[in-house]
Amino acid sequence: MDQILFLLFAGIAVLCGINLVLQSHPISSALSLVGVMGALALLYLQLGGEFIAAAQLIVYAGAIMVLFIFVIMLLNAGKERAVPRYLWVRWAGLPLLFAFIAAMAYIVQRILPPSGEVKFGAFTLGSAEAIGTRLFTTYLLPFEITSVLILIAIVGAIVLARKEIE
Amino acid sequence: MSIPLVIGVPLSWYLILSAILFTLGVAGFLFRRNIITVFMSIELMLNAVNLTFIAFANKLGQNDGHIFSFFVMVVAAAEAAVGLAIILTIFKNRQTLEIDEVSTLKN
Repeated sequence: MDQILFLLFAGIAVLCGINLVLQSHPISSALSLVGVMGALALLYLQLGGEFIAAAQLIVYAGAIMVLFIFVIMLLNAGKERAVPRYLWVRWAGLPLLFAFIAAMAYIVQRILPPSGEVKFGAFTLGSAEAIGTRLFTTYLLPFEITSVLILIAIVGAIVLARKEIE
Repeated sequence: MSIPLVIGVPLSWYLILSAILFTLGVAGFLFRRNIITVFMSIELMLNAVNLTFIAFANKLGQNDGHIFSFFVMVVAAAEAAVGLAIILTIFKNRQTLEIDEVSTLKN
């Protein structure tokens, strides 16, 4: 059952990822990316990460993607115009990609012990309580630094995007 | 290859899925010319890395990986805000989103 669910969500994620790369209109790419993020959130749930799954849906699929789509619509971004590619890029690109993935899969299979299995419900440290406890004790300093980083990012975004007032 | 009848999912499946998604992100980053699509490919790569973090957190029985992927999300949010502001500025100054046209710093 776990394997069937994994294959289902992994298939959705990979198909949406391929669609992201292949679509020439940015809105289609953005919606595919939302699909990838939703499928990944369900995989996080399967891995026992309830808090991260919720954060993934709220922060990524909610906030960040809305920002992306908002900018795409604001700029009225249309289709990408097709640019002729070099011949060897067209013929060698896809096989190289597959070779790269196969090499990584081979390395992963070689390094990992065969007993490593993920069972649904076996991992219980992913709740908001467990993560909050770690976040406010062990990782307190990085957490605070992150808030400063966000503040800087907000100020930077406002400065970059404001209208020039003369 | 026969898959033994077990309930769990092998950890390597998660890692291979993460590798596939990361490679797709790299491909989009290299092949697409729309600056927004390139940016979305970067988000895809960050998501793939998050999956690896959480898979290993499950394997090791600690939730440090969850916290790191939470930090990755936060940094991605900050990056998206600043990056989209930069894209807005580029579009305001040049009226284009093609990444090949933005080559002032080249040479």
